[in-house]
Amino acid sequence: MNADIRPIRTQAEQAILASLATVPEGGDRLADLRRAAARSFEENGLPHRRVEEWKYTDLRSLMREAVPVAGAAAVAEADARACLLRGVEARRIVIANGAVVPELSDLADLEEGLSLTTFAAAMAAGDEVLSRIGGIVPSRYDASLALNTALARDGVVITVTPGAAIARPVHVAHVFAGGTAAAMYDRSLVVVGAGASFTYAESFEGADGLAYQANSATEFVVGDGAHLDVVRLQEEGASAFHLSTLLFDVGRDSKVHAFTFGLGAAVARTTLYATLSGEDSHVGFNGATLLKGRQHADSTLFLDHQVPGCESRELFKTVLDDSARGVFQGKIVVRQAAQKTDGRMMSRALVLGDEAEMDNKPELEIFADDVQCGHGATCGAIDDDLLFYLRARGIPKKEAQSLLVQAFVGEAVETVEHDGLREALVERAEAWLAARA
Amino acid sequence: MALLDIDNLHAKIDGEHGKEILKGLSLKVNPGEVHAIMGPNGSGKSTLSYILAGKEDYEVTDGTVTLDGEDLLEMEIDERAAKGVFLAFQYPVEVPGVATMTFLRASLNAQRKKRGEAEVSTPDFLRLVKDKAAHLGINQDMLRRGVNVGFSGGEKKRAEILQMAILEPKLCVLDETDSGLDIDALKVVSEGVNALRSPDRAMIVITHYQRLLNHIVPDFVHVMNKGRIVRSGGKELALELEANGYAEYQQDAA
Ligand SMILES: Nc1ncnc2c1ncn2[C@@H]1O[C@H](COP(=O)(O)OP(=O)(O)OP(=O)(O)O)[C@@H](O)[C@H]1O
Ligand SMILES: [Mg+2]
Repeated sequence: MNADIRPIRTQAEQAILASLATVPEGGDRLADLRRAAARSFEENGLPHRRVEEWKYTDLRSLMREAVPVAGAAAVAEADARACLLRGVEARRIVIANGAVVPELSDLADLEEGLSLTTFAAAMAAGDEVLSRIGGIVPSRYDASLALNTALARDGVVITVTPGAAIARPVHVAHVFAGGTAAAMYDRSLVVVGAGASFTYAESFEGADGLAYQANSATEFVVGDGAHLDVVRLQEEGASAFHLSTLLFDVGRDSKVHAFTFGLGAAVARTTLYATLSGEDSHVGFNGATLLKGRQHADSTLFLDHQVPGCESRELFKTVLDDSARGVFQGKIVVRQAAQKTDGRMMSRALVLGDEAEMDNKPELEIFADDVQCGHGATCGAIDDDLLFYLRARGIPKKEAQSLLVQAFVGEAVETVEHDGLREALVERAEAWLAARA
Repeated sequence: MALLDIDNLHAKIDGEHGKEILKGLSLKVNPGEVHAIMGPNGSGKSTLSYILAGKEDYEVTDGTVTLDGEDLLEMEIDERAAKGVFLAFQYPVEVPGVATMTFLRASLNAQRKKRGEAEVSTPDFLRLVKDKAAHLGINQDMLRRGVNVGFSGGEKKRAEILQMAILEPKLCVLDETDSGLDIDALKVVSEGVNALRSPDRAMIVITHYQRLLNHIVPDFVHVMNKGRIVRSGGKELALELEANGYAEYQQDAA
């Protein structure tokens, strides 16, 4: 396709292609998937602004640096880096430079109904559960996911037995703990059995000065009547590149809620895919993104309603200071069979900086006739009347702005059910505002 | 020295072709005094109150305003509040997501901090709010909500007086605090305001109705028309206005 007009490979693409050459030949399904992913990258390369899904996040021009794949991290360095969500009572797993660090991870004494192993161990053992990998296939080539599929070698593999209620969240701390910029990839799989409930938290962080590249993907297979909560906190280093993908296969009568909180990285793109394949389920995707300086962050959602009677709700809040750039893209597809679908999507941006910019692109694609769907997007500055009211009571301007920003973000953060995680996110938002003042 | 001294104040809506609203207004308010300002719709009463509080939509083109001898117009909005200026809004805004208690506490502590005073402790603060709220018939449920969120018109006015009682300002400017209040609420609110009357606190009460002035008895009544004070007198002036309306002033000024 259009091979003749494809521009020459960028330096970053060449470096990635060199990494892809190491994707091993092998016989099993996973190896086939990986090679297919590598080939799709070889064909398509990094997406650019003429690729619809990446229109506002032109990876080809944003990702200039060519960095090698990261080597193993030193345990002490990884430990020192993993700071986020430490106060939350959870089973902690640390993934540094793309590999699980066993010394820092609670892999033993698992609750009844919870099984947890590393992706590398599951691969080595030929674990049957890995047959679920690649279950959700995006309708279009997704470079971020393809690279992850081709290059990730480790991550976590979690299975929750049907009916099990696992109260304690599992927190996967992703860290970059290298001394020079490098690329890291990790892949995880979470299978929540029928009627089970589970909370999965993730954090992302690394040194500020290094232009490292993080690429993480997690697939969730949610059984009938199951309840899954996902909470992610992205605070990558200020020069970092963050690409991540969350994929959800949602069963009947289940309840899935994901909250993504993005504060870090120079360039971040998080893509969420949900396939609603069982009737009467509920999906809630919410998020908040706080940006400053020249940060660029993109949240992109695809919800595919394949069956009748499901409900989806999305609320994304973006705060943009300085000359930051925010992107929200959301697409709800309602297939012909998916009657009685109730889908609502809303993106709201609060612009603080004079040079800041927000791009909103919500879309509906409806093939059924009896549905209730809506979307909206707003973008505005702080309401002067509210600011005046607070200041007229003696609250200094910056503090008044902070209260109003917190209130704005709070509406989204409040959707996080787990108390400890929600409080931790509120605390991170406060820290962001305090650093601004 | 007057607490508030407004001399020949001219102000217009900010912007190139902003219309002039205040056209040479003068008013002196001493500590302990209660001044009522009455006047037809659009005469500039709210504009005056906003300019005192520091709203940025207006430009002062002439005249001076001092508070305790200091240039009020030079001060930031929050600085004015810390110095004791309080405006009870004609239309208090709703601030969703900012809890009433958080807001009250932030206000009180910000003012105290600016004045070099210590912050109030949590138990002291809770006691203070509970006590003042009870007197104004504000229940705990209202305090748990966002600032003014879902409050009825009358509840918003009561909430303004609660803020005033907690912040203990030197100069209280009440802009149509009586509008939207039922007869009982009017009494409760007036009692709340009267409780704040003191020899070192002054009040400017903007109202359309003499009824309020039965409860909050003013020392002076001023008639404002077309951006100016056109007549001043004692409390009996309000009765006269109630009987005759503003026709005579509007003709004079026209
Ligand atoms: N921000 C503004 N932009 C444009 N016009 C304004 C603005 N503020 C006030 N005005 C105009 O200035 C005039 C005075 O308004 P103001 O609200 O001060 O009157 P008021 O005396 O308080 O009236 P009321 O008794 O109805 O409350 C009105 O004609 C009003 O429309
Ligand atoms: Mg008015």
